[in-house]
Amino acid sequence: MSRTTPIRLTVNGVPRRVAAEPQHTLLDLLRDDLGLTGTKECCLEGECGACTVSLDGRIVDACLVLAPEADGAEVTTIEGVAADGSLTPLQQSFLDCGAVQCGYCTPGQVMAARDLLARIPHPSVSQIQEAMAGNLCRCGCYRQITEAVVAASAAADR
Amino acid sequence: MSGMVGSPALRAGGPARVTGSYRYLGDLRLPGVLHAKLVTLDCARARIRSVDTAAARRVPGVAAVMTAADLPQPVPRFGPQYRDRPVLATGETKYHGEPVAAVAAETLDAAEEAARLVRVDYEERPAVSSLAAALAPGAPLVQDPALRPGDPLAGTNVLHEHCYGWGDVGSAASDLVVAGSYTFPMVTHFAIERHGFIAAPDGDGIRIWSTIQHPYWLQRIIAGLLNLPLAKVQVLAPDPGGGFGGKQHAKYEPLVALMALRCGRPVRLILTLEETFQAVRRNSAEVRVRTGFRSDGTITFREIEADYLLGAYADISDRVVGKGSYISCGPYRVPAARIVARSVLSHTPPSTAFRGFGTPQALWAAESNLDEAARELGIDPLELRLRNLPRGGEVFIPGDRPADGQWEQTVRKAAELAGWGTPLPAGHGRGISLGIKSGPTTGLSYATVRLLADGSVIMSAGTSDMGQGARTVYAQIVSDELGVPADRITLVMGDTSVVCYDQQTSASRSTVLMGNAVVAACREIQAKVAAMAARLHGVSASEVEVGQGTVRLPDREVPITEILKPGLGSLGGEVIGNGESRKEAVPGHPLSGNAAFYEFNCTAVEAKVDEGTGDVTVVRYATVSDVGKAINPLQVRGQDEGAAIQGLGHTLMEHYVLDESGRIRNLGAIDYRIPTSMDLPLDLRSGVVENADGPGPYGSKGMSEGALLAVAPAVAAAVTDATGAVIRDLPLTPERVWRALSQRPLRAPARQLAKEMQR
Repeated sequence: MSRTTPIRLTVNGVPRRVAAEPQHTLLDLLRDDLGLTGTKECCLEGECGACTVSLDGRIVDACLVLAPEADGAEVTTIEGVAADGSLTPLQQSFLDCGAVQCGYCTPGQVMAARDLLARIPHPSVSQIQEAMAGNLCRCGCYRQITEAVVAASAAADR
Repeated sequence: MSGMVGSPALRAGGPARVTGSYRYLGDLRLPGVLHAKLVTLDCARARIRSVDTAAARRVPGVAAVMTAADLPQPVPRFGPQYRDRPVLATGETKYHGEPVAAVAAETLDAAEEAARLVRVDYEERPAVSSLAAALAPGAPLVQDPALRPGDPLAGTNVLHEHCYGWGDVGSAASDLVVAGSYTFPMVTHFAIERHGFIAAPDGDGIRIWSTIQHPYWLQRIIAGLLNLPLAKVQVLAPDPGGGFGGKQHAKYEPLVALMALRCGRPVRLILTLEETFQAVRRNSAEVRVRTGFRSDGTITFREIEADYLLGAYADISDRVVGKGSYISCGPYRVPAARIVARSVLSHTPPSTAFRGFGTPQALWAAESNLDEAARELGIDPLELRLRNLPRGGEVFIPGDRPADGQWEQTVRKAAELAGWGTPLPAGHGRGISLGIKSGPTTGLSYATVRLLADGSVIMSAGTSDMGQGARTVYAQIVSDELGVPADRITLVMGDTSVVCYDQQTSASRSTVLMGNAVVAACREIQAKVAAMAARLHGVSASEVEVGQGTVRLPDREVPITEILKPGLGSLGGEVIGNGESRKEAVPGHPLSGNAAFYEFNCTAVEAKVDEGTGDVTVVRYATVSDVGKAINPLQVRGQDEGAAIQGLGHTLMEHYVLDESGRIRNLGAIDYRIPTSMDLPLDLRSGVVENADGPGPYGSKGMSEGALLAVAPAVAAAVTDATGAVIRDLPLTPERVWRALSQRPLRAPARQLAKEMQR
C-alpha cells in the first residue's frame, strides 16, 4: 500500500498540501492528516451526519468523499465557523437553547444548520426538520436544535 | 452570586462542543500509538479449531497479532457481576462479533488488512438466540457450568431467578382478572460517539483511556487482571459522547491493556458502529402479567413473570433484571404481589445497563395490562391509575422507601398538557401511562472544592459528564454556595490519579449523591471561612454565619472573597473543602439497599394511525416528571424530552433482526433506524413537578431516565384507542400495526386470555 496521492485543497481558508492514501476519505484527511478532529466519526456510511463539512459551498458527509475527490476543493469544517474566536449567532443559539447535551453530534449539526440558513435565511419548522434529518442526535435534542436554528435565523435580522 | 441554582445556566463545556475543540477519546493523538483491529467470525457460535496468524504477521507495520493462546493461561475472565467474559474467545465464540484475535499495527489500514488475513478454522455450532430456544429442554448451554460451581441452575441457561412478593396472591378476591403476555425487543444504545479504548504502559503501571462511565470500577477490573495496585492504574475518562448505560462497564479495555504491555507501546482501539452494536444492547424480554381488580378498579393483586434475554456474558445485566423486575408492579397500591424474573443466557451480544435499567421492559407489560383492564372495566385509564396511586408518604412496596412525592400532581399535569378528556378528531386516540424507577440503592461519592487565593475555584468530582450536564449542575451549586461566578470555576473530572473516588455514574445519581458531596465540600469551606472571619474581626465563631457566598458578621455582611485575602495571610494558599456522600447498603433488602429516590413520570400521548400503511403519527406528546427541584430547568427539559425521543425509538422502530443462527442482520445506521428530527411528535410538551422533596441538594431528585419508562405503553394505548387493535409486541412498526389492523376482528378478548393463563 502506501502509494500516496498528492492533494491540494483549501481548508478553512488556508491552502493545504497533503499526501493522502488514495483509499482514505476526506474525513480521514481532515482528522488524521490535518489534525482537525472537530469533524466527528460515527457510522462511516453517510447516515449519521456527524462528519458533515462544507465542500465547495455544499455540505457533504466527509466519510463518503474520497480524499482524492477533494483535490482542489474549498472545505470548511467546524473549526472554520467561528474563525475570529467568537461564537457565531448560530453556535450561541445552540448553547442558549440547550441544543448541546453530550455534544458529539454538535459539529455536524452546526454545519448542517449553517448550510440551511445560507440557502434559506428564514426556514419554517418543517423545513428545518427536513434539512436536519440527516444528522442523528441520540440525546434527542431535535426540538432544541430546531429552536436554535429559528433563534439564529431571527438573530440574523437584528 | 446566589441564584444560579434553579436558573437555565448554559452547559459547562458548551463552547468547546459547538466549536469542535472538545477532545473526545477518539480525538486524542498519542505519539507512537499502535492501532488495533478485532478479528471476528460471521456467525454466532463456533468451535474454534485453530487460528493461523502467519499471513497477518507478514503485513508490513504489524506489531502483534494476539490470540487466546498468547494470553496468560487460563485466559483471564472479568465482569462486574460474574467473572465470565474472557479477554478473547477461547475454544468457542458465543455471539456474533465476539473477537477471536486482535491485531496491533502502525496504521489502521495495516491492522485492518492483517485482521482480514487471520485465518480461523472453525465449525459453526447450533446457537440459542431467543428465550424459547434458550429455555427449551436440551438447549445448548451458553455458559460452562464450571463457571458457577454449586449453583443448581448451572446446568441450564438460566443464570439467576429473582423472586419477590408480599401478601397472599392466591386468596385475593377479585371481580376481574386480566392477563397478557408482552414482548420487548433487543435494542442498542447507539451513542453517536463509538466506544473507544487506549492503553499505554506507564513505568511500573499502566494508563488507560476509555469512553467509560465508571472509571473507578474499570480501575479495579484492570488492577485485578494485571495484579497491580490501584495506584498504578490510571484511568483517564474524557467526557463520553453519550453513554445511556452502555459505557458503564469494561468491554475491551483488558484486551487493549494486555496488547499494550506486550508491545511496550500505546495501543488504541476505536470500535466501528457495527462493533458497538455487537458490544452493547438492552435485554429483550417477555413479560407475563396477571392483575386482579374489584369492579371499581381497585387492584387486588399482581402476578408478574418476566424472562429477560441476556447475552453470552452477564455484564451487569442480571442486576438489571433484578432491579427492573423488583418495581414491576408499578407505582400502585398492590396488596398482594408475586414477581418472578429470570436472567436467561443466550448466544447473542452481551446486554448491559441501558437507560431505565430493566424497568421499561417490565412497565411496558404492566402498564399495558392496566389499559386492557380499563377497557374491560369500562373505567377511564387515567381514573384507574389515580384510584390505585399511593399518596405521598404511603408505603407501596413493603420494606422500601414510601412514595416520595405528590405523584397525583404529576399525573394531572401530564393529563392536562395532553388535553385528556377533550374531544378527539376521528381516527385519533389517547393513551396515558406511569413510569417509576428505583434510584441508586447504594452510593459513595467524594468531592473536593478548592477556593483559591483570588476567589476562583477548582472543583473535582469523579462523575462522568456524558451529556446529562453534571459539570453544569456542580458549577451552579459551587457558584451559589461560595459566591463565585461560574466562569471562575474549573471542574476536573475523568482522571483517577487526581480525582477522588466516585462509585459510578448511573441510576440518575449524580445530581443527588455527588451533588450532596459537592454541597458538603462547600459547607466545609464555609466553616473554615467563618473561623477566618471570626479571627480577623475579633468575634466568636458562633457570631459568624457563612452561606450563599456571603459572610454575616454581627454588624454587617461581606462577600466570602473579602474575608479570603486577609484570612489566608501573606503566604496566600487556598481553602480546601472535602465532601463525602454515602448511601449504605441495607442488609436483607432484596436489592441490598432501598431506593435513594424514585424517578416518577407520567406520559400522555395522542396518536393517529394511517389505516392503509400502519404508520403511527404521534400528534401530541406530554411528559411530566417529579424532579423535586430543577437545579437547571434547561437541562432538565433536555433530559426529559431526550429520554422521550429515545423511548420512541424502541416503541416505534428499533429492533435487532437476528437470523436463525444468531447473526445480526441489521448492523449499522442504514439498517437500524433511530429517531431523527422527522420523528418528533407534532406537538411535544414537557413539564416538571417541583416540591423540593428529594434527598439531593435543594430538594432535588434524579431524573434522567424517568421520561423513557412509560413511552411504549402510552403510545400503544393511544394506538389501541384510535384503532381498536391491541398490540403486545414492540416495536410498533408500520408492518406490525398494519397486520394488527387487518386481524382486528379475530383478536382474543383479554378476559379469555386470563382464563387460559390460569390453566
